[in-house]
Amino acid sequence: MKVLAAMSGGVDSAVAAARAVEAGHEVVGVHLALSRNSGTLRTGSRGCCTIEDSMDAQRAANVLGIPYYVWDFSEKFKTDVVDDFIAEYQSGRTPNPCMRCNERIKFAALLEKALALGFDAVCTGHYASLLTDQAGNLELHRSNEMAKDQSYVLGVLTEDQLKHSMFPLGAAASKNDIRKEADRRGLSVANKPDSYDICFIPEGDTQDWLSEKVGKAPGKIVDRQGNVLGDHSGTHEFTVGQRKGLSIGKPAADGRPRYVLEISPKTKTVVVGPQAALAISELQGSKYTWCGKSPSQTSDWAEVLVQVRAHGDAVPAKFAIVDDQMVIRLDEPLLGVAPGQTAVIYAGTRVLGQTTIDKTTSALPVNAE
Amino acid sequence: MSVYLDHAATTPVRPEILQSYVEHLQVIGNPSSVHGAGQKARRSLEDARDKLALAVGCHRSEVIFTSGGTESDNLAIRGLFLSRTQNNPECNIIITAGTEHHAGLDQVEHLDANENAEAIWAVLDDRGVLDLDWLEQFLNENASRVALISIMWVNNETGLIHPMKEISALAAQHGIPVHTDAVAAFGHVPLSFKESGVTTMALSGHKIGAPVGIGALIVARDAKMAVTSHGGGQERGLRSGTLSAPLATIFADAAELAVAELDEFTARLEPFKNKIVAAIKETAPDAIFSRGNAPGFVGIIHFTFPGCNGDSLLFLLDSAGVAVSTGSACRAGVTEASHVLMAMGRTQEQARGSLRISLGYSTTMADVDAFIEAFPAAYQGALKAGLPTK
Repeated sequence: MKVLAAMSGGVDSAVAAARAVEAGHEVVGVHLALSRNSGTLRTGSRGCCTIEDSMDAQRAANVLGIPYYVWDFSEKFKTDVVDDFIAEYQSGRTPNPCMRCNERIKFAALLEKALALGFDAVCTGHYASLLTDQAGNLELHRSNEMAKDQSYVLGVLTEDQLKHSMFPLGAAASKNDIRKEADRRGLSVANKPDSYDICFIPEGDTQDWLSEKVGKAPGKIVDRQGNVLGDHSGTHEFTVGQRKGLSIGKPAADGRPRYVLEISPKTKTVVVGPQAALAISELQGSKYTWCGKSPSQTSDWAEVLVQVRAHGDAVPAKFAIVDDQMVIRLDEPLLGVAPGQTAVIYAGTRVLGQTTIDKTTSALPVNAE
Repeated sequence: MSVYLDHAATTPVRPEILQSYVEHLQVIGNPSSVHGAGQKARRSLEDARDKLALAVGCHRSEVIFTSGGTESDNLAIRGLFLSRTQNNPECNIIITAGTEHHAGLDQVEHLDANENAEAIWAVLDDRGVLDLDWLEQFLNENASRVALISIMWVNNETGLIHPMKEISALAAQHGIPVHTDAVAAFGHVPLSFKESGVTTMALSGHKIGAPVGIGALIVARDAKMAVTSHGGGQERGLRSGTLSAPLATIFADAAELAVAELDEFTARLEPFKNKIVAAIKETAPDAIFSRGNAPGFVGIIHFTFPGCNGDSLLFLLDSAGVAVSTGSACRAGVTEASHVLMAMGRTQEQARGSLRISLGYSTTMADVDAFIEAFPAAYQGALKAGLPTK
């Protein structure tokens, strides 16, 4: 196959490309330029987007003996990922930009361009397993390396996208083994630090960065009964589940700490309340996709596992499609779920599909406080 | 099969001058040393200076060897500007064009942003041709404030030739120095430093068949230049640093060959260029030849292709074994929308769809035919892949 290896400059994508070469594919390395003003050297725990990262990717491609190009997706990345990230925060939601990048850049814009230019597949260094069932249908499963499993951020992929995807690290034993393999293959990125931060936010300070982009929009902090408890300078400074930095003078009647429960940018209101009210019993989203073949029936409640953030645990739940909404009922209430996050549903290790959460239902009714 | 049509980026070292280079590499001695070995190295260096001066049409004392075009542009623009403003801070305007190579452009922008200079961007038409009437009028009205003019002789992306003689003549009426980046011009179009009337001229070896790492700045004997590179005081004190006699030798040899063969070279390349242009227009009727009907260097063929991305064209042609360029500057491999085309009034999207095919002394009709064979499929593929912003 003619394979485009997306190479970030990190160790995972370098080893993934190496494995694709070893498997006999005709591989071309492509680094995605996602910023017009990339820095010279990598700083902190950001793992891409500097010239050094691009050079690291090129060096790896040279060592593997494959052609290497840099393709510019910076404009699309800005509108589809960065601007979307800001807009989501402005609407009081908690977005996952890596997911958007997979959905709209890596497995959309890049994949489309690759297919148009004659490639059969895009290969990345994600930790996830692409398997084929007995009927020949593609299934996306968790990586064997649970600590690094990235099936969650790939949950947005559709059957068509999976057909043209390749995740050679899927059966990796551990990240440490990947580093050893990189070293054995003479790849200089073998010991490059892992990246954790959002790539387009310098210094990793999301709130500061957002404040700069969004500006101030003062409003009120209220409790669930509507009593005003304090002021704030912008709803984007809050995330659901946040406890620190609320600056409410008065303690709650029961003396217990209060948490952000809800953010309403339209009314510039931040709703706070007891931790128990953070527990969510039901999620729903109107935008949902199936990762692979869509289930034959979705109207009856089916037992699944649901994961709501990249490094969270999967918890038991039931799901059904009700009035064209994906509704997920959690077996046990779950803390810290907010609109904008993605709920990925699993059958065992297999990714079934996902939805962006539009609405959450608290397990604690207002009048029960 | 591998076909190289990116001679404007760098052209292969001419094999007939390699032997002499290798021999010079084995000669011991720093040209600035006093002993016999040093004198021998100095002799080679000065032979090279004579040879280069003859090829360029200047006096031997006007040749300042440097590491290449970028260093030459920086020394000249900065040196002339500082000298002009030293006693007259009001005289701070640098007239330049948005189509200049980054080597000159960025120095001007740096001076404008940080050191009291005011950049004035010359009026260009959509072919990149400078409006001489505008220049004349601007000089008549602001001459006392103009520190220098910096315009390249041949544009490295589009191949457009600027009328340096006319520009210098206008500047001379007001005693304003002119710098020209002649990196893409020297050895490619008829050129004489003396006849051009420019004050300083940047040259580079690797565009004419010498290795990367050697260039020159031609500085008129009467030019007033501030020293911006300090050290041992070599090269009239303008460019300090130990000189490489072997590199200077091979540069001068390449220059001598290029100038001697210029007529034959031009005559040989003309049909190549015409064939490529015709083939491109047949496949892509809406493609635009960037410099239009303006005078240009025959070895640079530059087009924009509506609806295509230059990256895709380059990738598909490279996959087919044909090395070309989008023409525009790269930052770690990222092709930027060409600032040259933007300065010619193109939109960012138009500027993205560019391709430069550049020919050199070693180009053959077989290379041309290989390009013509590979081009239609690459064009169709790039059209299909569209622009990234779509």
